Amino acid sequence: MSVASVLRTETAFDVQKIREDFPILKQQVHGKPLVYLDNAATSQKPQVVIDAITRYYTFENSNIHRGVHYLSSQATIAYENTRTILKNFLNAASEKEILFVRGTTEGINLVAQSYGRTFFKEGDEIIVSAMEHHSNIVPWQIVCEQTGAKLRVIPMNERGELQLDAYEKLFNPRTRFVSIVHVSNSLGTINPVEEMIATAHRYGVPVLLDGAQAVQHLTVDVRALDCDFYVFSGHKIYGPTGVGVLYGKQALLEKMPPYQGGGDMIRSVTFEKTTFNELPYKFEAGTPNIVGGISMTAGVRYLQSIGVDAIGQYEHELLEYGTDVLSSIKGLRLIGTAKSKTGILSFVLDNVHPHDVGTFLDVEGIAIRTGHHCTQPVMQFFKVPATSRASLAMYNTKEEIDILADAIRKVMKVFS
Amino acid sequence: MSELRDLYQEVILDHNKNPRNFGKLDHANCQHEGFNPLCGDHLFVYLILENDKIKDIRFEGSGCAISKASASLMTTVLKGKTKAEAKEIFERFHTLVTSSLDQPVDNTQLGKLAVFAGVREFPARVKCASLAWHTVQSALENDPNIVTTEENGN
Ligand SMILES: Cc1ncc(COP(=O)(O)O)c(C=O)c1O
Repeated sequence: MSVASVLRTETAFDVQKIREDFPILKQQVHGKPLVYLDNAATSQKPQVVIDAITRYYTFENSNIHRGVHYLSSQATIAYENTRTILKNFLNAASEKEILFVRGTTEGINLVAQSYGRTFFKEGDEIIVSAMEHHSNIVPWQIVCEQTGAKLRVIPMNERGELQLDAYEKLFNPRTRFVSIVHVSNSLGTINPVEEMIATAHRYGVPVLLDGAQAVQHLTVDVRALDCDFYVFSGHKIYGPTGVGVLYGKQALLEKMPPYQGGGDMIRSVTFEKTTFNELPYKFEAGTPNIVGGISMTAGVRYLQSIGVDAIGQYEHELLEYGTDVLSSIKGLRLIGTAKSKTGILSFVLDNVHPHDVGTFLDVEGIAIRTGHHCTQPVMQFFKVPATSRASLAMYNTKEEIDILADAIRKVMKVFS
Repeated sequence: MSELRDLYQEVILDHNKNPRNFGKLDHANCQHEGFNPLCGDHLFVYLILENDKIKDIRFEGSGCAISKASASLMTTVLKGKTKAEAKEIFERFHTLVTSSLDQPVDNTQLGKLAVFAGVREFPARVKCASLAWHTVQSALENDPNIVTTEENGN
């Protein structure tokens, strides 16, 4: 074999083989093969994740940290092992910086309540962007109500790209925090976060990145980015629901008070005084989602076995194909056309409301999402009530995009 | 596909494209706003009430085909009815779109509204079909709140 052909076999992305790993994709919906294009809402689970869940409940189930018996120590080892895998996944400096949370939403709320509520004062300013998910708007509005701080919003342009010159102008001596989405869930925009973090740090301001739509498409290195906090959800990266990760720089986490009180987060409790446990346990009150943590790791390992960069590259090919195919449909307008994008195809059709699109596509076996995607300010900016969104994952194919396009043409005919 | 044809009958497609009684009603003495945050459907209904009777009714707004056609057909049915009659029709309509599939539909009293029987097969679309009706109901009851159907999405 020549060197070139060896290289080719090593880098070839075998989507059919990957599809075999996802039992749900073999299903029919309304008598049609399932075309699952709602990956930004939640991804499907590979067999290895489903097996990890079964294995845990079959052979390992036990509560962690407090037990002295065999099963408890096994479960504790498995759970803590996931922390190490996640630490390596994000290239964090220490396991102490990896906190288990319920998901992105809880991670942001933890930072808003623990960091924000402690350190923000009347008149302080928090910067978010025009393309945030409601999960990265509302927790900050709540902490603003509690402390008297104010939100400032980074504007975007018609392509759905943040305006960096306007961003820098938002900084002043009252700026205390920046919280921005790494990749937009309704537009697909990959924000230039490295540059944005550097800007914030020049003003001495910490930055949280909402990575819910990033870690499954791009390699994320929290130390290279130098972000102060990073959050994502297990269920969007081929893992289970109800578990996610909050990364925080150790020095910041040390300064922050606990978010919730209860078991496991304490060192000692008397009715007079409680001393808190060390990191990361200080932020992990109560019995966690043990099976979630362990099986999320199976998802992360699966992702790494294929390679996040290879996945991103393949999805980008699909995105370019999808953009071409959909743009050629007359009466279809793509919303979100940033130069740097992941596989999100958000669109509106002349004279057809997204909800009608969703119902017609469903009958064809195609699952997309219609609505505002928890980004109402984005809908207001583009002056649309809602969009139809096809979001891609590593197991999608060009044929599926063709099926989508055909179905869209059919819908438009019915409504013409 | 046959369920789809039940849902998107010609009548519905026609009312979506050419909504009847569409636009603002000057001199309305009763009006109300309805909103479905899930899909962004948003409408206003305007009524002229005279001695408990709906003398005139119009609506305005944007939404999916189901919500628009529902509002349009509703205005044609309610014009000239008394408040009590309107309430009765609303209840019949509500039963129609929320009844389970194995229940037989009693079409006799529904007239043109029977085209919405197809909504039963699409539970996710019941709110679209009923938004206009809830809005009128609140208007007639003088409820000061915006009618909304609850939110859920990501
Ligand atoms: C960008 C972004 N942020 C936050 C979230 C919230 O994630 P979760 O619902 O898993 O907490 C989502 C997904 O819904 C998202 O896409």
